[in-house]
Amino acid sequence: MHLHKTPIARRTALLGLAATAAFGRTTLALANAPTDRRLVVIVLRGALDGMAAVIPYGDPALASLRGEILPASPGQTDGMLDLGGFYGLHPALSGLHAMYRANEALIVHAVAAHYRVRSHFEAQDYLESGTDHRMTSGWLNRTVTALPPPTTKRPEGEALAVGVSVPLLLRGPAEVANWAPHGVAQPAPDLYAAIVALNQRDPVTGPAIRQGLLARGYSDSVMAADTQPKDKFAFAALARSAGEMLRADDGPRIAALELGGWDTHTAQANRLRGPLKQLDDGLVALKAALGPAWSQTAVLAMTEFGRTARVNGTKGTDHGTGTVAFMVGGAVAGGRVKATWPGLGTGQLLENRDLAPTTDLRAVAKGLLAGHLGLGAPALNRIFPDSDAVDGLSGLIRT
Amino acid sequence: MDTRTAQALVRFGLGRRGGEPLPADPAAWLLDQLRQPDQTRFDDPPTAAAGLAALREDRMTKPPPGESRSRALFNAQATQHLANAITSPAPFRERLVWFWTNHFTVSVKRGACAPVAAAFVEEAIRPHVTGRFGDMLLAVMRHPAMLLYLDNVASIGPDSRAGQKTHRGLNENLARECLELHTVSPLARYTQSDVTAFANILTGWSIDLKADPPGFRYRPFAHEPGEQTLLQRPFPPGEAGGVAALTFLANHPATHRFLAARLVRHFVADDPPPDAVRVIEGVLRDTGGDLGAASAALLTLHAAWTPGTKLRTPMEYVVASIRTLDVPPARVPNLIGIMAGLGQPLWGAPAPNGWSDQAADWAGPESMVRRVDWATGFAGRIGNRDVEEIAANALGPLLRPETRDAIRHAGSRRDAAALLLTSPEFQRR
Repeated sequence: MHLHKTPIARRTALLGLAATAAFGRTTLALANAPTDRRLVVIVLRGALDGMAAVIPYGDPALASLRGEILPASPGQTDGMLDLGGFYGLHPALSGLHAMYRANEALIVHAVAAHYRVRSHFEAQDYLESGTDHRMTSGWLNRTVTALPPPTTKRPEGEALAVGVSVPLLLRGPAEVANWAPHGVAQPAPDLYAAIVALNQRDPVTGPAIRQGLLARGYSDSVMAADTQPKDKFAFAALARSAGEMLRADDGPRIAALELGGWDTHTAQANRLRGPLKQLDDGLVALKAALGPAWSQTAVLAMTEFGRTARVNGTKGTDHGTGTVAFMVGGAVAGGRVKATWPGLGTGQLLENRDLAPTTDLRAVAKGLLAGHLGLGAPALNRIFPDSDAVDGLSGLIRT
Repeated sequence: MDTRTAQALVRFGLGRRGGEPLPADPAAWLLDQLRQPDQTRFDDPPTAAAGLAALREDRMTKPPPGESRSRALFNAQATQHLANAITSPAPFRERLVWFWTNHFTVSVKRGACAPVAAAFVEEAIRPHVTGRFGDMLLAVMRHPAMLLYLDNVASIGPDSRAGQKTHRGLNENLARECLELHTVSPLARYTQSDVTAFANILTGWSIDLKADPPGFRYRPFAHEPGEQTLLQRPFPPGEAGGVAALTFLANHPATHRFLAARLVRHFVADDPPPDAVRVIEGVLRDTGGDLGAASAALLTLHAAWTPGTKLRTPMEYVVASIRTLDVPPARVPNLIGIMAGLGQPLWGAPAPNGWSDQAADWAGPESMVRRVDWATGFAGRIGNRDVEEIAANALGPLLRPETRDAIRHAGSRRDAAALLLTSPEFQRR
């Protein structure tokens, strides 16, 4: 297991800058692996509302739960993008929709990991650990160590001790490099908005921060948490870089990306559009950069938990349970939504508030690793401890 | 943690480092730092001799900008200075070093000062922060960094032998700033003739760059002959006359009042309460300028224990942030660049009056947003640690409930850490 050196070395000069500069909430970490298959995992931090991204518009109970934040019906201006009569994609996900129609996108709905906590931090730890307690390594790193030793020697490299943090998902015994480009991103406006709110009553810091952001072109409405003007290109830039590195014959094979901005407790209809667009742009950029290697690629995008089925008092949603996971890539057997739909009617919600999960996220991940990287049950059960009873989903990857 | 302990850590210190043990008695902990010898160590202790040797070499070899030995020396020493502060177990003492360094500003904006700036701190300031002000003043005025910065190396008595021969003359810069900024201040109502007299007194206080080792040198040939009158006092010619004048200025009542106001402004409030100033002024007067006693007296001021009255300067803010997230300084690349980016380059004040000690000068919109941007980036260093616990460790009872709630409800640990570092209570001390 060696760190990929060549493309990263070109960028090491940037690392010092990146570590000291603001680079928003996207990061990229990479690892080599003895395979030609490319695997990308995107952690959507902050709890994506699966029912806003992939809307079960065919469920009769939906309108009563969330009528006030639903996009227009499929076929109308800025309406949902239909996925076959029951589900519709959020209109910001047009790139994903094109992949779906090319049978390169598979959506798993009503999915949740097996833990039941509603703290972001705990849940993200468990999501990345791949278990229901916090481990010191992540499941993606353990995947790298489970692959057979390389038969051909890859370019040597040393671990880069860089300032930015490697996500827990890819932390562990296998060496990992990470980097973030300088200057492509600034804090997401909703973080700015939270900072403005915290300082609001301070006579010195409050007005100064607000005026400083206004001078940078943030409107008051942005600071009140609307859309994302400034770093809307950051994730796409990072995804493109990831694609370029993964594409190289001697490049890394595993990448982990993070994207935040999903914690939509208020004004969800407005606030979700930006992050969804970023995610969509990122997937499109990744595909373009991978070129011919796209056919060897599988991407999994996952989040720590879903959000409440009902809209709350501030036109947002609170921490919930069931949500979606996306799989895209030329290697993915896509063009469908894979779900056992639990329903949204009376008695069908979990604890009368959340979308009830019907698929264990570990089954998705295990199915992906089995189909894409050829890992067997013993290895998968080491990667996901205490998951012997959970079988990986079959048929996720083209054969 | 009680409020007094929190206040000891942030008002008089540099912020708690991670979860380091709390002092049982906050005031005793601070006093102890004044009594114990300074533990600061450099791998290669900065000296004026080594700095001037680098400057001499650069002047001969003329390397391109950015590749000089002077600059390399400055970068290494400035970085270690900041690293030392980040790990300092005696942060009150370090704060006093910063305070007096700023009081006697030398700035690397004057390029020649770069290789001797750290030496200035280590040789002229640090040894005296709990000693006598007069000793510090003398060490400062004889230090090559100050003599270069305020041009005294080029000041020549017009009637001295060098003056007669070269027709060059007086440079008042050091004399004027020493009166205005370092000692008696305009409170003493000195006149231009006092400035001229003091400049004459200081002629010949210079450096010898050719000597081995290079360093301070009194040059009798450049010294203005004859007695001089400074603030109605006669001073004899010669190097001893300069020492006498500095001793006189150091112990002048106006100096004590001026220093007291600056200390109180730094440690108590932007607008120093007059009764607090009077207390410190009295201690300086009664102890003959004992800076250790004055520092200890600050701890007895009731007003010094009122939280949140001071805004952290960028340097205080960055060091406190790094201590709070307990990141080893070696793992924070480009400390010097961070300080410069936030508008307070280390030892790089724009003018001899040093960095402002008032919030209004640091709370410009662009500075605040840069601070926020740096903090949100640095927050990425939180890793998988518990931000609520880190916030409680750092601020104890100073943490506001609304900040704790925002941390608890943030979408990621990184956002939570960003909210801690940008909260108004963390930006204050």
